[in-house]
Amino acid sequence: MFNMAKGRRILLLAALVTTSYILKGVFGYAPVTVLVMMASTLLAGTPIFLKAFGALKYKIVGIDALVTIAVAGALVIGEYWEAAAVTFLFTFGDYLEALTIEKTQSSIKSLLATAPDSARVRRGGTEYVLAPEEVVKGDLVIVKPGEKISVDGTIVEGTAFIDQAAITGEPIPVERSEGEKAFSGTIVESGYLIIRADRVGDDTTFARILHMVEDAQDKKAKTQKFLERFSRYYTPAVIVLALVMYLVTKDLRLALTLLVIACPGALVISAPVSIVAGIGNGAKNGVLVKGGDIVEKLGAVRTIAFDKTGTLTAGKPKLVGIKAYGITEEELLHIAAVGETYSEHPLAKAVIEAAEGRIGKITEKPEGAEFTKGQGLTFSLQGKRYLIGNRKLFEADGISLPQQEEYIRSEEEKGHTTIIVGDAGGALGVLSVSDVLRPGAKALIGKLRSRGIKKLVMLTGDNERAAKAISDELGLDGFYAELMPEDKVRILTELQGAGGKVAMVGDGINDAPALAAADLGIAMGGGGTDVAIETADVVLISSELGKLSYAIGLARATVGNMKQNIYFALLVAALLLAGVLVKTVNLSFGMLVHEVSVLLVIINAVRLLGYGRVASRNR
Amino acid sequence: MINKTYQLETVSCPSCIAKIEGMLRRTPGIGEAEVLFNTSRVKVAFDENLIDSEAIKNSIAKLGYKVLGEK
Repeated sequence: MFNMAKGRRILLLAALVTTSYILKGVFGYAPVTVLVMMASTLLAGTPIFLKAFGALKYKIVGIDALVTIAVAGALVIGEYWEAAAVTFLFTFGDYLEALTIEKTQSSIKSLLATAPDSARVRRGGTEYVLAPEEVVKGDLVIVKPGEKISVDGTIVEGTAFIDQAAITGEPIPVERSEGEKAFSGTIVESGYLIIRADRVGDDTTFARILHMVEDAQDKKAKTQKFLERFSRYYTPAVIVLALVMYLVTKDLRLALTLLVIACPGALVISAPVSIVAGIGNGAKNGVLVKGGDIVEKLGAVRTIAFDKTGTLTAGKPKLVGIKAYGITEEELLHIAAVGETYSEHPLAKAVIEAAEGRIGKITEKPEGAEFTKGQGLTFSLQGKRYLIGNRKLFEADGISLPQQEEYIRSEEEKGHTTIIVGDAGGALGVLSVSDVLRPGAKALIGKLRSRGIKKLVMLTGDNERAAKAISDELGLDGFYAELMPEDKVRILTELQGAGGKVAMVGDGINDAPALAAADLGIAMGGGGTDVAIETADVVLISSELGKLSYAIGLARATVGNMKQNIYFALLVAALLLAGVLVKTVNLSFGMLVHEVSVLLVIINAVRLLGYGRVASRNR
Repeated sequence: MINKTYQLETVSCPSCIAKIEGMLRRTPGIGEAEVLFNTSRVKVAFDENLIDSEAIKNSIAKLGYKVLGEK
């Protein structure tokens, strides 16, 4: 509504200015011409003059003051056309700039618009529709198909397919039911849920991510801070320069033109528009970069250290190898899975999962199962006794494994954990379980190298063998194993000493000190811990490791874009200054070039919103 | 001291930053003021015994910037 009124005002001004120009052509500076030009100047100029005086009261000289002085001067020397043209161009330029700047912020605005706006809450048997911030911890929130979940909580009733893209980046809806977690910002595709609110309003993961995105835009880049300081002294300096120029040359017109063309508009705006467009692009694609200074650092990273579990690997063991002796693999899996249903060990889950994937649901129960800590378990199935565990379990039972020893050792060399299945007669088979690489991990390493990252290493608390296996598989430059959190910090400091910016990528609480110690901390969102997300400078919201290469590319494109803008603005300022001095640039033309250069700088920044679009289409 | 954030209409000229910040910092009762250019917001920390939120909004409006909301 407000914008429409602004648009109409611009149209009216354009009509007035054009009319006055025609009048000037037909009658010269006749009274009617001067009248229309004065009307146009006053209509366009009044808000500018008011702003200039308002600011002057607080001893601040801004661009409005420069324009006001120039216009007043033009009127004094009878240049009515210049006065009308300058005020119009300034107003029109300002209007277009506001429109285009809004465009650079569009990605972030669209992200903010995805926040939930209402919640259906049941209190004492009655349903209320509340604003999300009115919901309190412990409330029962009801969510129907197509509705957005407005709290982080635990499902107490119902089953539903939930689109969790906002939190995990995963486009395929997941099934969630009683006892499982649900997150704010995610959408119930089908089904019906009652959720007990654990975290509400600003405490939800989604709200905190949005909040960080908002804050990030205004954490200024170094370049930007410099430009702002520069402009604070620059504007008063221009007035002094114009005054000196007038005193020396006695040419009022030259002095006034100098005032207008010296406005540092394009220069000051050059950095912030690039940064906001870059951060906006990242946020839309699942990469949160927490500020302009971080964008600059991210582009300059030369060494990257990765945490292993949960970052390079999925953090969830899987069955990766199977070898049967004298029975089929299916029979082996069946025996192992039945036995493992007794165990709650994470490795047991991997075995059961693999077995059920191959031979279907395991329904039988082990009989007389007995668990020995640090060894494994023994049980009976269909009257036969079996053992599942490590070497120690078999040794304790007096069973030797001469044939399997070599195979087991070779599997362990690969960093796998082996589970031996056997009976009184010896081993029936060996299962290998291992944490597997995250999808995209291997491709990422190659992409990072082609981006010129010099050194890629892994820091892990895991044992040497497992670390070496992962490091070799990925082709990293090195690894540091069996580390405590403080060891990670020490190693990062050493890497920093070797030169170049060092980034640390991690996900767990134990990584937080390292994320803080590195030049740049990068956290995995989604499954990552809150502490890691808060501490980090960059968050891969969707936990897609592959986004890291994109993030670095985007950061470099943003820094490049910012530099283009700065050089362009400086060049235009220099050309204009030269033009004024040789008297080929007059007041209104100077203003026109100035406004156009500001617009071009903004439009160049808008291009950043399209970064990565081509790449993702080719993928 | 309490903190408030005001949402302005899109701030398009960077020299507005210096202007709004300068004005607010010189206003009695206001401790800290920061204009966030990219989001067109102003963060203000002020002493509620000396100045109220309405007065702050008015003085920003008097400089020529519309205040769209506060939180």
